[in-house]
Amino acid sequence: MTPSPTNRLTSGGRIDRTQPLSFRFNGKPLQGYSGDTIASALLANGIGTVNRSFKYHRPRGVMSAGVEETNALLTVSGGNGDIPVVRTTVRALVDGQLIKSPSGFPNVNFDLGRVLDFTHRFWAAGFYNKLFKWPSWRWYEGTVRRMAGLGKLPDGEDGNKYFHHNVHCDVLIVGAGPAGLAAALGCANSGARVLLVEQDHELGGSLLADGAQINAIDSDTWLSRTTSTLEDAANVTVMTSSTVSGYYDHNVLTITDRSTTGVVRFWKVRAKEVLLATGAFEQPLVFENNDRPGVMLANAAMTYVLRYAVKPAHVMVVATNNDTAYRVAFALHDNGVRVPAIVDSRENIAEEVSKEAGERGIPIMAGSVVLDTVGTKALTRVSVGRLSNDGRSTVDPTSVIACQGLAMSGGFNPNCSLYSQAGGSLRYDAQLACFVPDEEKACRQRVTVAGAANGKFSLADALTEGARAGSTVTGEAGFACSPAEVATSALGSYHLKAMRITPTGDTSRQWVDFAHDVTVADIELAVRENFVSVEHLKRYTTVGMAVDQGKTSNLNALTLLAELTDRSVEEVGTTTFRPPFMPVPMGAIAGPQHGDFYAPARLLPAHDWHVDHGAVFENYGPWKRPEYYATNGRDRETAIREEVLALRRSAGLFDGSPLGKIEITGPDAGEFLNRIYVNNALTLKPGRVRYGIMLSENGIVIDDGVFARLADDCYLVSTTTANADHITAWLEQWHQCEWPDLNLVISTVTSQWAVATLAGPNARTLLQEIESDIDFSVQALPHMTLTTGTFLGMHARVQRVSFSGEMSFEISVPALDGRQVMETLMNSGGDRITLIGIEALTILRTEKGYLHVGGDTDGMTNALDIGFGGIVARKKTDFVGKRSLLRGGDQRKDRRQFVGVEPLNDNEELESGAHFITSQREGRRSQGVVTSACFSPTLNRVIGLGLLEGGFARKGETVTVFDDGRTFDVRITDPTFYDPGGEKMNA
Amino acid sequence: MLRIDCPWCGTRDEVEFSFGGESHLTRPTLDASDAVWSDYLFNKDNPKGIHFERWMHRFGCGRWFNVARDTLTHEIHAVYEMGAAKPDLAVKDPDS
Ligand SMILES: [Zn+2]
Repeated sequence: MTPSPTNRLTSGGRIDRTQPLSFRFNGKPLQGYSGDTIASALLANGIGTVNRSFKYHRPRGVMSAGVEETNALLTVSGGNGDIPVVRTTVRALVDGQLIKSPSGFPNVNFDLGRVLDFTHRFWAAGFYNKLFKWPSWRWYEGTVRRMAGLGKLPDGEDGNKYFHHNVHCDVLIVGAGPAGLAAALGCANSGARVLLVEQDHELGGSLLADGAQINAIDSDTWLSRTTSTLEDAANVTVMTSSTVSGYYDHNVLTITDRSTTGVVRFWKVRAKEVLLATGAFEQPLVFENNDRPGVMLANAAMTYVLRYAVKPAHVMVVATNNDTAYRVAFALHDNGVRVPAIVDSRENIAEEVSKEAGERGIPIMAGSVVLDTVGTKALTRVSVGRLSNDGRSTVDPTSVIACQGLAMSGGFNPNCSLYSQAGGSLRYDAQLACFVPDEEKACRQRVTVAGAANGKFSLADALTEGARAGSTVTGEAGFACSPAEVATSALGSYHLKAMRITPTGDTSRQWVDFAHDVTVADIELAVRENFVSVEHLKRYTTVGMAVDQGKTSNLNALTLLAELTDRSVEEVGTTTFRPPFMPVPMGAIAGPQHGDFYAPARLLPAHDWHVDHGAVFENYGPWKRPEYYATNGRDRETAIREEVLALRRSAGLFDGSPLGKIEITGPDAGEFLNRIYVNNALTLKPGRVRYGIMLSENGIVIDDGVFARLADDCYLVSTTTANADHITAWLEQWHQCEWPDLNLVISTVTSQWAVATLAGPNARTLLQEIESDIDFSVQALPHMTLTTGTFLGMHARVQRVSFSGEMSFEISVPALDGRQVMETLMNSGGDRITLIGIEALTILRTEKGYLHVGGDTDGMTNALDIGFGGIVARKKTDFVGKRSLLRGGDQRKDRRQFVGVEPLNDNEELESGAHFITSQREGRRSQGVVTSACFSPTLNRVIGLGLLEGGFARKGETVTVFDDGRTFDVRITDPTFYDPGGEKMNA
Repeated sequence: MLRIDCPWCGTRDEVEFSFGGESHLTRPTLDASDAVWSDYLFNKDNPKGIHFERWMHRFGCGRWFNVARDTLTHEIHAVYEMGAAKPDLAVKDPDS
């Protein structure tokens, strides 16, 4: 039996006492209720210390009741493992949940890391850069990394399901607090498509812990009536447990939707009009040891009492600089929390609040501030001092008040993150001492801000402004609607004194940013070292850069910076808010696009047939292609070697279907290609094929392949497989944007044709055994020609093109007939024919010295560097990239040029990526790289290709190669190792 | 996430389009000086304000067209066909 929670009230709140939930915190069994957040359940059980701080490992307790939480970021079980950095102040408690404090060694109550706190003077801002320089960062890294961090990511997939959705609406209302609800009510029957998004699992915002009267009924009743009205309205969609985290151009916003357990939905909304009713964040007060467990924001204390029926502590002091905390003190008092004092930095307190305090017997200490707190794991007392007349110091005597908790209010700061992301400007309101949307400056988006997000901190103002803004934006979206009737008699006075920072005390113990452990002293140090720009301050001290993004620290840091540099807060300015407002799981961004759904796979027309023949597939771009064929169970190395040798000895059959195929048709097709190719396209006769390269305008080789002239006005362009789509788009761009006057059509036909390539000395004999009207003789169909005809009764194009250096025939048939061609050739050829995979092909083309664009060339290789100088010189007309080849730099003789490489020692392992290096005497430096290397089964030795400075003139030279610490000598050769005369290919 | 009005297909989301950089470039002839050629290759306008640029409706009609977009506000002031002249846009300087 678990002990019943000690701090839980017996009645009240929005929890369901009939549904108890069991959970464990650091192994200890505890109990909460349905309706609890993890944080409220921990507080109900009297758990003070929930975590250790990031840098000094100080004990920390729950600080807030919302997304601004800096301390209670815990590890929570879920899905397939533990999820770190869960904001337990907003995450619902689930039965059986295991909650863990991420830091604390050996445990959260006794942490050896606390030594950092006792030696804190060594760890001021910038300590990384100063302290860990000697002897080197590596020396410290292991220890620092172990001590830092916010938890461990789960191994493997987290077990959640992630989906993507898109939605359009006329009006998007972000936030369902008083302003958002009043706005939504007005447009409920306007006909506009309204989307109301709330990050809590319930609508209401501050009304969930209020107790005011609205339209003469209590706010709970008004809230439930409003919720049903909105849920019943056909034109309103209500989303709860959904956080709007990004605001992008043209009114696109993103929502992380956690309304279904185990599912995260990522929504992209396109809204005509956006109304931001995102509320405000209460700001902490800054005094010595203001980070102890038990110190929390005042409105959080009220939320725990009224919404979750939890006393944060049995005795709580309230400290404030404004009227709102009085309502908190009254709520605490009325629910059995003893409030020994309200410490108020203001000298004069409005009667409307002081009278009520008097009625409850709560003493007010006016003109006073909290100086310090005492207590290790829980608060035991606070000391309070009276401000001097000028407010710059305090006067004796100091009072000491025994308590277990402290509720503090430094006033509110509008939540303007989304408005700022939308391009809206903020201005500093000196009276409210916070940043509010600047209505004077136009925002580029269709966006309006209302309620507390617009500096309207009283319930009455928020309701009125929300109702009016709702009707205005609906009107802007083109729908008629009048503002909803909402009125309240709730106490709405504010009377803020712009003072949050206690002027005395040890500044190295006064926390500004709880999440990143940044103190007043850190900011003082930054200013002393002249980091006085707000952007520098942020990066140097890391203030506001933790997971909470400074929701409770930025304003205090800016105020301090202004004071320390004798500027106004306005002058200091604020940093820019960027998406996301709240962290978005990477899984939500990826959605279902991972694993098999990452990208569609393209299969060869004869895919299944290859499977039956033992193909082992590999991904080549989007294509699944046979890497090799594990025929008769042979291993990879054996298979590749045997495939190479079989093709050279007799014949190999290769499925070349993914090869890019583009048809250019029209009277100007030849002229167009002549402007694209380095080679002359106009002199090519119908039925002939030419090898060509394409350049970028900068002269760099971007693709190679053959092009054939099918007829006077029709060309067939082959591209490398990986580049097929890119080259099609590129040709279209040149045609549409540069030469629209040329009359032609570009059509990609890659997937219309299956290509069976038969190569080897027996290729012709094998083809002549097949039923066909095509004359395969060398006289009728020599190398680099093309013909069409009937092959096995199918319409076929046959091209004499060779990738291997052997006699070769590329037979293209309609895609669905591909399998039959492969099958017939294999059956007819018997053991004279062997299937060839990509790996064997790579070796065959390396033996022949055929370059692979993007492998043997890089982003600096131009046409001249691969031996096209003669062709370039002969072509007088312009083509893409030609002017670049005329530059001096492009013609230098010491550029990296395409060469062959062979190690002097036959058994040396040559790897692509190895560098050609200069001698010791010349000062070691790279003069190029080995780009391809393999053991040639044909030549029975290691060969390679490479790019070498001045390589053309260095054939026969010996050069040293450096590879991962190893050096050895190679001979520079012509790239063509196999059949340099081309007799075999031309046979 | 722009909304772009394709002259052929109508208004679609940015994800359907590809960006092609500055438009209205004149490709120099072969006899251009190195300076002129390198300016064409490497120097592009990057105004704070209206930028005349080309886009292609990649997952749609596949056509290239011109867009006049404000680089500060991302407002699209005009969409017009390739080859058409720059529209005369009476747009205020964003700084004034
Ligand atoms: Zn289109």
